[in-house]
Order: sequence, then structure tokens, then C-alpha cells
Amino acid sequence: MRYESWGRYPKARHRVIRVADRHQPVSFQAGLRYLPFGNGRSYGDVCLNDGGILLATRGLDKFIAFDADRGEIACEAGVLLADVLEVAVPRGWFLPVTPGTKYVTVGGAIANDVHGKNHHARGTFGAHVLSFELLRSDGTRLDCSPSENVEWFSATIGGLGLTGLILQARLRLIRIASPMLTGEAIKFGGLDDFFALSTESDATFEYTASWVDCLASGSALGRGHFIRANHASEGTPLRDHRRFSLPVPVTPPFSLANPLTLRPFNSAYYHRQARERVATQWHYEPFLYPLDTIANWNRLYGPRGFLQYQCVVPKADQRDVSRTLFQEISRSGEGSFLAVFKAFGEQPSPGLLSFPRSGAALALDFPNRGEKTFALLDRLDAIVCEAGGRVYPAKDARMSAEMFKKGYPRLERFRNYIDPSFSSSFERRVMMRLA
Amino acid sequence: MKRIVIFGAASAIALEAARTWAKEKASFFLVARNAKALADIADDLKARGAAGVATEVADLSVLEGLEAICDRALAHLGRIDVALIAHGALPNPSDCEASVVKALDVMRLNAMSPMALMLKLRLVMKAQGNGTLVIISSVAGDRGRPSNYVYGASKAMLSVLGEGMALELAKTGIKVLVVKPGFVDTPMTASFQKGPLWASPRAVGAAIASAVNAGKSGVLYTPFWWRMVMLIVRFAPGFVVRRM
Repeated sequence: MRYESWGRYPKARHRVIRVADRHQPVSFQAGLRYLPFGNGRSYGDVCLNDGGILLATRGLDKFIAFDADRGEIACEAGVLLADVLEVAVPRGWFLPVTPGTKYVTVGGAIANDVHGKNHHARGTFGAHVLSFELLRSDGTRLDCSPSENVEWFSATIGGLGLTGLILQARLRLIRIASPMLTGEAIKFGGLDDFFALSTESDATFEYTASWVDCLASGSALGRGHFIRANHASEGTPLRDHRRFSLPVPVTPPFSLANPLTLRPFNSAYYHRQARERVATQWHYEPFLYPLDTIANWNRLYGPRGFLQYQCVVPKADQRDVSRTLFQEISRSGEGSFLAVFKAFGEQPSPGLLSFPRSGAALALDFPNRGEKTFALLDRLDAIVCEAGGRVYPAKDARMSAEMFKKGYPRLERFRNYIDPSFSSSFERRVMMRLA
Repeated sequence: MKRIVIFGAASAIALEAARTWAKEKASFFLVARNAKALADIADDLKARGAAGVATEVADLSVLEGLEAICDRALAHLGRIDVALIAHGALPNPSDCEASVVKALDVMRLNAMSPMALMLKLRLVMKAQGNGTLVIISSVAGDRGRPSNYVYGASKAMLSVLGEGMALELAKTGIKVLVVKPGFVDTPMTASFQKGPLWASPRAVGAAIASAVNAGKSGVLYTPFWWRMVMLIVRFAPGFVVRRM
């Protein structure tokens, strides 16, 4: 197991303590700084603790109970969402909220309050957590739920591992009749089309999201493919999907996503769907977890790694602000193959530092080309900040302390819940009190 | 549905093999020293699909009680389709050299206890007419090396016992699988520096479950390439092995 983040930037050095027994997890020593580490799928430095201790939680991988009648599952915090699906799907249950990879731990999903393509329908991961057990460095164990230790519950959801170590959690699942999803892939020509489609689709589809061509400009600004789907009501038997994964065995010496490859790829990808609207059926695996089929895809960005940028801009001016963002990105010539655009719903997020809020969210990767890339992201920050939006910590490696503070007004209240012995590179970079 | 007894059920490798079988809705009888660990493992296997999990807390280095444990497992399960013997300890070599008692304790737990179970379960399975006996040995038993010869000797005993038994039972429906892992990243090897040659308990456990399900008998090196490595080690001249 490599103790680095998914973007492989920044680099950090740690002492690792492996946690394997939820009854006697770890004996905390005074003066040291700890941070839980799940499966390392966050991108920047929220999972890093340079010079400190990482509490590796993958040893906490046991299920505790599964009530297949009520759809409630209890497990240790190091269990992967992939494991939950392996147990739940054959019995007709599914995760109500899942991020774009299933290789995140339950603890990590809570700590980042992850969201998925159905945010408009079901909100964030934290909204479906029934309870969890939090261990503080002074040995205190807190049972947290919407009705018990409520403040700790909302501080820890989206709390980036800073409030303590989550040992176990209980989750609510949703009923499914089939592992398949039925829906449509729609080719659209620009931003206005996207917002029209989004409004229309969010009312009747569980999952909606778009891939957008971040390099298109002019009248084609924001063109892309819109996918929308619902769980199928019957048909294919509930059986484990055959695991098929193409590994990326080595890191190429340069990023495979660069200006020479990006423009023609995006163009070809946009035009690959000839018809405007294609009705189709997907197994949940390639629909919800397209990148999981390429193991270690983060290596394609070369040894310097990449920077993920995900922001949300408030609903009020989302059209204009999105336009400005896309123009800025297109002008730069930088970007990734996979820019995802989605409208978030109105559900309030349960965590003090949760990222999702109603508005439009954009996520994309940038190969780390040094100064140019950082300058572009700073310009994007300025646009987002002025519009009253914010950037997602789980993906961030470079936003400024001021940017974070402006985007997360509940930071001051959150500080009361940070465990004195817990710290992260992210916290030291952006959460320190400004002079 | 398979009826499975596991000795040393808290072993990381055994747990992973058990998880594969739990998914196939097997029933289990688990034996280990630590009651709390057994309870947690039982919950885990049940959540993953096990049809039933019974447990017995026992110190498997106490040889006198072993046959009775097997009888209880058989009584509970009705029959034993798979018996997985996974208990054992990796001692500090200098402790064994300094103390004869300590070395004998290691042999009792790692070698005598599994042998007693293997001989008893052989009788049980012969009476049934079928079954698979799985013993976790190690590549360390393939040749005596300076760094851990007491551990190696205990595993060598299991290997010879198992291989002989597999051949003796070849004409019956009973399989004996001698598993020889290389370096595995488990609590037993927590103090070792890990490298590219190290396997995960998940990989080894899955390989065991797979081999058992395929009806394999005889020696299983896992990962497979240890067979080639040990062939070389086995025939290497003394001055080479002196450094191992």
C-alpha cells in the first residue's frame, strides 16, 4: 500500500501505524500528530500528514452486521464501498450515495462527505449514515448520530479526519430490483442546452451527469454528453459483476494528457456518438465507476502527477459563472479528458465542512505543468470565490487559506471539534488562523 | 453448501479464505484462542453470507483436547467438507536457541498440534468417504536455513506429513492440500520490512479457496513462482544458503 494521495502530489513522509482491532485500535502518545488514512483515493493533501503519523485503517475491514430486511449495514471504518456492494447487491440493496470510485473506505466517505451523480435526488453520503463511533486521542469513544452527540456528528461528516478516528459506522441502503440502470446518453451543443437538460432530467432521473469538452469555445462552449439513468425495475438477476480491470503497470515519463492529445481526443469523443439521443442500459459498474476499470489510472499523468479541481458555484448565477469558468479553461488550452459537470440539488449537507450545495459543480484534472497550472487554478478560484462558491477539499492540493475560509463559513465552529492530537497537511496549509 | 472447520481461525490468511467460502454460503466451525476475535470474525462471515458460524475458544497447543474438538466440530456441522489448519507462530530465532523449552513449545504448536489434527481428521474423512484437508505450511520448510531453522523444521514436518498423506489417500475421494506461501503481510510478520516479494493475505486466502474448490491435492505454492525459487534454494550449495 502506498501512503500517498491519488493525485500523487504533494509528496509527504509519514510514520504509519496500522490499525486492525476496533477494541484496541491505537495507544495515542502525547506530542505526536495523527491522521487516519483509508484507501488514498482523495487527490490532494487531505489524507496526508507530512512529518506526522498516519493511522492506516484498512485493517479495520470487518463487517459487523447486515440486516437484509431493513437494508442497514454496520461495519468497521476500513471497509471499502466495493465490499459493501459485494455483500449488498446480491441481496437486493445498494448504496444510496456513491462517489465515482468504489475503492474508498466507509471512514473516508464520511470524512469527505462524498457525493455522486444522484446528489439532486439523495444528497450526500453523510445523509445516509445512521451512526458511527468516533475515537478521540484522549481515549474517549463517542457514539454519534443525528440524535446523539449531534455536534460531533456534523463536525465529523466532511471533517477530513481531524475530529478523531472513526472506528465503525452504520449505513442505510436503498432497495434495488436489478443491478442494471436504464437511461439515455444525449449529445448536447453548449451550456444553455446543458442547463435545460439538467432541469428536465433531475425531476425524473436518479442519476444525471455530463462529460463536457473543456476546450470547446465560442458557440460550442460547454458542449458534451449528458447521461441520465434510473435503477432498472426488473430483469437481470442480482449477481456479482465480473471484475475486469486493466492495470496501468508503469508510470509513463510524461503525462499522456497534454495539449497535443487533449484537443483531438475531446473532439473525437464528442462526435463519437452520432445520434443525438441514445437509449441504453448499463450495468451499475461502468455507469457509476467508469475509471475503476482502469486500475492505477492516476499513473497516466506521469511522475509529476496531476491536480484535480472541483468547485461548486451557487445556483443564482450558475449559468454566467460557468460560462466564465469554461472560457478561462478553454483559453488556457489545459485540462483533462474527463471534465464532469453536474447540477447539485437542494438537500442541505449534514457536515459543517461539507462541500456540496445547490448550484453547478465542475470537476476536472490538470496535468501538473508547474507554474502555468497553478496560475490557472488561482484564476479559477477567483471566479468561484467572487460568485460565492467553493472548492472541494477532497480534491485540493493548492487552494489558499483565504479561499477556503471564504468558501466554508462554518470553519470557526468546526475548530472546536478538531482533536488536539490530529492534524493533516491540508489543515496546516489552509486552516491555520490568518494573522 | 460446504461445511468447513478452521483451526486458528483468527489467522489473516484463514480469514480471507473463509470470506470466499462465506460468499458461497458455507457453514463454519471456527477454533481460536481469542474469544473476542472469534466473535468479530463470526459476525463478519455471517454478514458476508455464511449459512452459520459456530465457534470454540481453545488453546491448540494443548494436544490432549484436540481430538475432542474435532468430534464437536463434526457433531455440530454434520460432516466436514473442508478442514483448514492455519494456526502457528513465528518465533524469534534467538529465543529458540537460548531456550530448549521455548523451541519445544514452538514445535508443539506449529507441528505436533497440526499433526494430531491431520491424523484425526483423516479418520473422520475416511469414514465420510470424502473431504479436503488443508494445512498451511511454508516455503521455510523446503530447506534448513540459518535464520529460522526451528520454524523451518516445524513447517518441514507438516509438508512431509501432508504430501505423504495426499498420496496415501489418492485413491479415495479425500484431498490433502499442503499450502506453501512465501512472504505474507500478516500480523505474524508485522515487524518485517515489506517489499515487492510480499503477498497479501487476501491473495493467499483466495488462492487457497480456489484450489480447494477446484479439488486440488498435493502442494500449492502461492504465489506460484515460489516453486521455481525453492527449487533453486533446495539445490543451492551450502555457501550460498549460509547467508539466508
